[in-house]
Amino acid sequence: MQKLGSAPSRRKPSADRIAGAVAAALLVSADFTAIADEGSLRPYTIVRGSIPASLTGAAGDPARGRAIVLDRRLGACLLCHTGPFPEERFQGTLAPDLSGAGSRWSEGQLRLRLVDAPRLNPDTIMPPYYRVDGLTRVGSVWREKPILTAEQIEDVVAFLSTLRD
Amino acid sequence: MRALVLAAVAAAVAAAAAEIAPQDRHSGYDFAGPDTRAMQDDDTANPGMLGVLQGETLWAAKTGAAGRSCADCHGDARTSMKGVAARYPAFEPALARPLDLEGRINRCRSEHQGAEPLAWESADLLALTAFVAYQSRGLPIMVRADAELRPFVDLGSALFHRRQGQLNLSCSQCHDDNWGKRLAGAVIPQAHPTGYPVYRLEWQSLGSLQRRLRNCMIGVRAEPYDYSAPEAVDLELYLMARARGMPLETPAVRP
Ligand code: HEC
Ligand code: HEC
Ligand code: HEC
Repeated sequence: MQKLGSAPSRRKPSADRIAGAVAAALLVSADFTAIADEGSLRPYTIVRGSIPASLTGAAGDPARGRAIVLDRRLGACLLCHTGPFPEERFQGTLAPDLSGAGSRWSEGQLRLRLVDAPRLNPDTIMPPYYRVDGLTRVGSVWREKPILTAEQIEDVVAFLSTLRD
Repeated sequence: MRALVLAAVAAAVAAAAAEIAPQDRHSGYDFAGPDTRAMQDDDTANPGMLGVLQGETLWAAKTGAAGRSCADCHGDARTSMKGVAARYPAFEPALARPLDLEGRINRCRSEHQGAEPLAWESADLLALTAFVAYQSRGLPIMVRADAELRPFVDLGSALFHRRQGQLNLSCSQCHDDNWGKRLAGAVIPQAHPTGYPVYRLEWQSLGSLQRRLRNCMIGVRAEPYDYSAPEAVDLELYLMARARGMPLETPAVRP
């Protein structure tokens, strides 16, 4: 696996190259510490396009949620999305802007969207963040593990709910 | 029955709609920034040319139990290897399956030179492959989708369109459906294998198409195929068939 920045740079980095390298870092990142380790997933109930109850029984922490959204190895949301994150120069253009998500969607709808987005739209490219079955050829270090833990899902839900127009 | 047929037709149309029309195809070159393109355009600045030159030396070197060089059998590569890379992977009757260019070169080493196959991604295999592919620079990709190869093209196509990895994404969802958009900082190209082996700035070296595919698979947190695994070659073959008619650029430069 390529470690970014470990090779001596032959050339002055151009903006083009930095952008490529940043995305490459995401594309090849395998940070073992970032892997959610859930023995088994918490059960949840879907009620009309939403998961009304917290997966953990407790409310999440919006500040931690924001950090997870920005973190390339955890949420990696900005691979695809843009949002109100002035400190992040490289944001994706594959998905809607996250600004105002908390006005458009209830907490329960946001929770289901994160837990298993393909349930809402079978063709979506948004990954299922809290599902381990029905996936193909998952890399051995990630196998049987959801992308985010139940706690992390709750933190992100709490943060998204604060994004109001 | 009729409904089934209609459903099958509808599915085929939907699948075809996602494919990139021939006039809309673009090499990764078109998505690269001006610095990267300038580097590829100028042979004296293109770091991939070092590999080509190294390959030229290896072409003439006698090796293995047979003590023969590539040139002893194939002569001047400028004529004997012209257009060869443009039609690889090609069907190998002895294996009853396709071989990519690296696989072919290694087969010549074991069958004809009495030498050990070169390791995947070794400097020597990349250099020989780059040297052979360079003889097709500017020529259109001409992989034959004939009766022998067709089943393997179809297998590669199925792998390209299958969701995989923890992120649950198919190659096609990025490279057919979302090319030209930004995945964080990087523009998603169409995944045409026009320049391999490529000099990749992130690698700081030449690398094979298989290495590139492994990077994308690891990116979606899928288990990558082993080098020269049948699936990897089928995928390469599908990509080449998909890029049919596009000119080869080896050695290309990519971010
Ligand atoms: C691989 C791309 C991708 C990633 C990564 C991704 N999403 Fe999405 N997301 C989408 C797409 C595309 C949509 C549009 C709706 C659809 O396709 O179902 C979407 C829709 C959404 C919506 C609804 C948007 C609206 O207001 O209409 C929210 C909220 C959302 N995503 C949050 C997130 C969060 C939070 C993360 C990270 C934990 C994330 N997404 C990661 C692709 C992605
Ligand atoms: C999440 C989106 C995504 C997925 C899924 C994906 N790729 Fe890629 N791919 C990229 C990006 C982005 C680049 C360019 C990286 C860069 O410039 O640093 C790329 C580059 C490539 C290239 C290099 C093209 C060139 O010009 O040399 C090939 C070939 C390729 N991908 C094939 C594949 C295959 C095959 C798969 C499925 C196994 C796949 N990709 C899955 C995003 C993706
Ligand atoms: C002893 C003679 C001999 C030597 C030495 C030899 N080859 Fe070959 N090569 C062949 C033959 C014969 C074929 C036709 C396929 C077969 O029978 O394997 C071939 C086929 C090829 C092809 C495919 C050509 C096509 O049109 O599909 C390539 C590429 C190639 N060799 C490269 C090399 C390289 C590179 C070397 C040196 C590392 C090399 N060969 C050494 C005899 C040789």
